Amino acid sequence: MESTNATIKQSGFGQTMRSDTWWVQPLAVFAGLSTFIIYSTWAAFQGNHYTFGPYLSPFYSPELFGNSGHSWFGPKPSFWPSVLPWSPAFLILWAPAGFRLTCYYYRGAYYKAFWADPPACAVGEPRKSFWGENSFPLIMQNLHRYFLYLALVFIVLLAHDVWKALWFVDPATGNVSFGMGVGTLVLAVNVILLGGYTLGCHSLRHLVGGMMDQISRSPTRKCAYSCVGCLNKKHMRFAWLSLFWVGFSDVYVRLCSMGVWTDWRIF
Amino acid sequence: MSDKASFKILRGTKQEVKFEQYETPVSEGMVVLDAVHQIQAEQAPDLACRWNCKAGKCGSCSAEINGIPRLMCMTRLADLPLHKPVSVEPIKAFPLIKDLATDVSWNFHVKKKIKPFKPRPPDTADGTWRIWQEDIDRVQEFRKCIECFLCQDVCHVLREHQKHDEFIGPRFLVHVAGLEMHPLDTEDRLEELKKAYGIGFCNITKCCTTVCPEEIAITDNAIIPLKERVVDQFYDPLAMLLRKLKK
Repeated sequence: MESTNATIKQSGFGQTMRSDTWWVQPLAVFAGLSTFIIYSTWAAFQGNHYTFGPYLSPFYSPELFGNSGHSWFGPKPSFWPSVLPWSPAFLILWAPAGFRLTCYYYRGAYYKAFWADPPACAVGEPRKSFWGENSFPLIMQNLHRYFLYLALVFIVLLAHDVWKALWFVDPATGNVSFGMGVGTLVLAVNVILLGGYTLGCHSLRHLVGGMMDQISRSPTRKCAYSCVGCLNKKHMRFAWLSLFWVGFSDVYVRLCSMGVWTDWRIF
Repeated sequence: MSDKASFKILRGTKQEVKFEQYETPVSEGMVVLDAVHQIQAEQAPDLACRWNCKAGKCGSCSAEINGIPRLMCMTRLADLPLHKPVSVEPIKAFPLIKDLATDVSWNFHVKKKIKPFKPRPPDTADGTWRIWQEDIDRVQEFRKCIECFLCQDVCHVLREHQKHDEFIGPRFLVHVAGLEMHPLDTEDRLEELKKAYGIGFCNITKCCTTVCPEEIAITDNAIIPLKERVVDQFYDPLAMLLRKLKK
């Protein structure tokens, strides 16, 4: 029998008796989210190559003001301060970003990966103080449902983009014809994954029926609660798949627009 | 599976603790609790450890095995890397009594502070109620809790930050969820959830869900729905306005 001295309390950052590779998951989350944030910020600042034919990059949809044919209200607004850089993405990207930032899944993930609070379960933390989500700024996480309302509107708008991506203009004749390109499929998969993520939201689950103690009184809400609950079980998977695919959709449209990739027409 | 395995067991009281290493024969089907009992019988008769059912239902043998909060009776040796010593420690969110036994009485005091079940008046003259299965499904999940307190142990709000005076922990948020979502209950605990029970301290790391031996979806099905009810009551201006208009 051998003896070694020990302490009963965690005493420092990263201290743990865990012998598994506990650092892999927070590191993967850190790498994944950082990559997306850097790419999406870069893409938003570009302000060009966000359309190709009938396709509109989801980072720029809806294009409220802009120079492409997808713009709702014409070119860059005159009220935009000339000292600020301009991109149509600046007007809309805050809404889906806010939805993900306040999402219950992402909160748990980035508190661990970016703030080490904790770095992983049963692993020592770098700070002794902790306020949780009780005070500013984290108390603002409670407004997640308002970003959900906006995200639901975005799903409808992105679905409309897929519809528009089915109509191709012949550059020679100007005739519009029904068709489907690989880009149409890319944008359609994007809506499906974003829909799976948004419709599995914890706040939506609460709003459609979770708030009721006697859900049997409303068969419609019970059905909605079951459906949202089903997607909610896969919320993390949809969160990552939709994050990757929305970035890939922008890459696809951008590279087609730059002439690097060719958009193949299926019919 | 090798014939022998080493176990590094934390021994001592809160004044002084040290790891003591024991080697003991192991065989197919053994769990960590079997090995601890064998060590207790053959090498360390004064080793303190709690246990009762050996079937993962009493919640007594909670410990930290290789640093992860688990039930000793449900942790098979075959699932652990036995080429190096297996560490066995008491749960860390509560005061140590001796060796693997901790004082978890704080939990029972917390439970007493939670507003109890308050059913609506009976539905029929014989003093009984009528409820639908779909209304009770959610609550039944929470009734699986065996009060092993592994979720309390792994929760960093209690374990790292010792917010025992401000936060009731995942176990009791599950308990409150079982009461708040019960179709017969009429009590309102939202004010307490926000203030005395400290639900805002939970930052949704899901560690409680990860370690739950009953696989209760603590975060998704209990804590987040309660957070949403607190939002309804205290943070959502639209919900507050609608409530005022309804009055």
